Amino acid sequence: MGQDFVMLSLTPLLIGIAAAVACALPGNFLLLRRQALIGDAISHVVLPGIVAGFLVTGLVATGPMMLGAAAAAMVAVILIEVIRRLGRIEPGAAMGVVFTAMFAGGVLLLEQSAASGVHLDVQHALYGNLESLIWLDGYGWGALTDPVALAGLPPELGRMGAVLLCTALFIALLWRPLVIATFDEGFARAMGIPTALLGLALVAVAALAAVAAFDAVGSIIVIAMFICPPASARLMTDRLGRQVAWSVVFATASAVLGYVLAGYGPLWLGYDNAVSAAGMIATVSGVILGAAALWGPKRQSVSRADATPLASGPAE
Amino acid sequence: MLWDALTLQLGYNATLVTLGAMMLGVGAGATGTYLYLGKRALVSDAISHATLPGVVLGFMVMVAMGGAGRFLPGLMLGAALSAGLGLLAVTWLTTRTRLHEDAAIGAVLSVFFGFGIVLLTVVQVMDAGRQAGLETFLLGATAGMLRDEAVTIAAGGAVVLALVRLLHRPMILVAFDPEYAVGQGMRLARVDLAMMGLALAITVTGLKVVGLVLIVALLIIPPVAARFWSERAGHVVMIAGIIGGVAGYLGAAVSATAPDLPTGPLIVLAAFVLFVLSLLMAPGRGVLAAALRHLRFQRRVHLRQGLLALAAGQPVYEPLTLRLMRRAGLARADGVATEAGRAMAARARLDERRWQILRSDPAFEAAAARYDGLTPLEEVLTGDQIAALDRGLGPAGTV
Repeated sequence: MGQDFVMLSLTPLLIGIAAAVACALPGNFLLLRRQALIGDAISHVVLPGIVAGFLVTGLVATGPMMLGAAAAAMVAVILIEVIRRLGRIEPGAAMGVVFTAMFAGGVLLLEQSAASGVHLDVQHALYGNLESLIWLDGYGWGALTDPVALAGLPPELGRMGAVLLCTALFIALLWRPLVIATFDEGFARAMGIPTALLGLALVAVAALAAVAAFDAVGSIIVIAMFICPPASARLMTDRLGRQVAWSVVFATASAVLGYVLAGYGPLWLGYDNAVSAAGMIATVSGVILGAAALWGPKRQSVSRADATPLASGPAE
Repeated sequence: MLWDALTLQLGYNATLVTLGAMMLGVGAGATGTYLYLGKRALVSDAISHATLPGVVLGFMVMVAMGGAGRFLPGLMLGAALSAGLGLLAVTWLTTRTRLHEDAAIGAVLSVFFGFGIVLLTVVQVMDAGRQAGLETFLLGATAGMLRDEAVTIAAGGAVVLALVRLLHRPMILVAFDPEYAVGQGMRLARVDLAMMGLALAITVTGLKVVGLVLIVALLIIPPVAARFWSERAGHVVMIAGIIGGVAGYLGAAVSATAPDLPTGPLIVLAAFVLFVLSLLMAPGRGVLAAALRHLRFQRRVHLRQGLLALAAGQPVYEPLTLRLMRRAGLARADGVATEAGRAMAARARLDERRWQILRSDPAFEAAAARYDGLTPLEEVLTGDQIAALDRGLGPAGTV
């Protein structure tokens, strides 16, 4: 059991947790700023970037693909802004126009390049392949201290860990300005905080997390983790610090429970094939959100009376 | 080849698929307009992603009952049920908790989609032979579409369109001004339900052609593009339908010309091209029109200021003003007024002085609000009123 676990499950679990937490952290602020769907948009536009990165370099390597993805995310952010300004279109619709068109372009590129004997598929992009990130050199718990075995760790683990560190540092270092700019942008500006730049930086950090997580676990976890853990956490507490802590707990719990349920759940039910871990992690995060919405201590809005559902229209 | 496709010469099946896609586009464009005008465009994103578990469950149920599992109406029914559930979840999260609609949309779309993926992996090992093709619902495929399926899709689009025609008035009212709609005795919840129900119906109809990841584009892009062309809601609905229809037609036709051209993405890209054209070319709200308007305005301001300067006996140095005045034959190259220029300048000065009197007189308050330094007073007041005004000018006013 110990050996199997280290070899087959330890690294996917760790990568899953790192991806979940790295997305949930900026998700807290995106949620409060009513930009929750940015994660959705980014994870869609990453696809054309990855395909373009591949087509330009001709390599199925992570470097150019990540660069392409990051570039696509930036292009999308700029396009959304340009369309919003030029056409005086509400942000939600501008986002919808841009990310669907870019995703369509990505699929088209992909199908065209697939014809020339290359293999990259849309399914993989959508729901990743967490289960395949195994550690072949992990012969047991002892391998954790064995430098030779450690060298064989899947590179996704290191990357995801580094990105998690980056997001955590970003939020820890800029905590005060971020909080102020999120709750009272006018006041933040008056205090001399460059709010536009800060907002852009937040989106950039979110994009970084999304791109790295996309590479490791597919886009569906990315969208779920940007929104579900922070949303559940928001229903648990009024304090932002605690909300972030709760979201980390929920993200971790979703990753662990989802992975275990996907790998072992079907066995318990008598089937002998695992189901998609990425899908299961998203499902578990949804179950947690449902529970929080039913029983969370702070599920009700403070001023429910003046917040009719229609007045609280769509995304900013 | 392309021309053959566009003129429906690629055989019976391709023609049927193209017409079906066109019908779908018309229905989606018209339906999406209400969501867009009500600022709820992205709700359709939640609806479309939430169809996946239903499609797979529908497949599983039909297989369990001994069928082939790929019966399109059955899959559509499953999709409709789970999308309805997703819609309820969005409503429930926004009304019962403090979460905003965008968070609810994102949560529902990712969770339902994730669960659908889980089910999909279950199906994949159920029976490898029969599940083939269920993934095409993700991105849509028309290759090998059956005649009945194409007819189902066209019929779905037509039914939705008929319902849109029927429900236009209440839906447009609610989209623009829900409070007024309530005042008119409308049941908000019911109209909302109808609006969402139509979006759901068109989504389910389009799953097979466009795929559930991209169907949302057909509900968003045509209305956004159509909004550039008209300020009237009824017209926007119609134009959105036309744009959606053209996109569906073009996308499906082009896709029929080669095997590795997926239909869904092509339809979406066609819609996007139409959007970009609208953004640039549309009169009124288009970028080009706005730029032209700006240029014209700039010229009028420069000319007027140049004329006033001449009237005051000052030379004109500003290069753009000078160029404009020379072109109009009002001034010479050294900035000295011509005969015509002097006459125009006098008229401009008189107009400006009349405006000054007018603006200092509280009786003309309403007219004074129209002062922008450009509009001739003759366009605002009648001849009698101007004559009355001139009496206040005194001898200095008669230039």
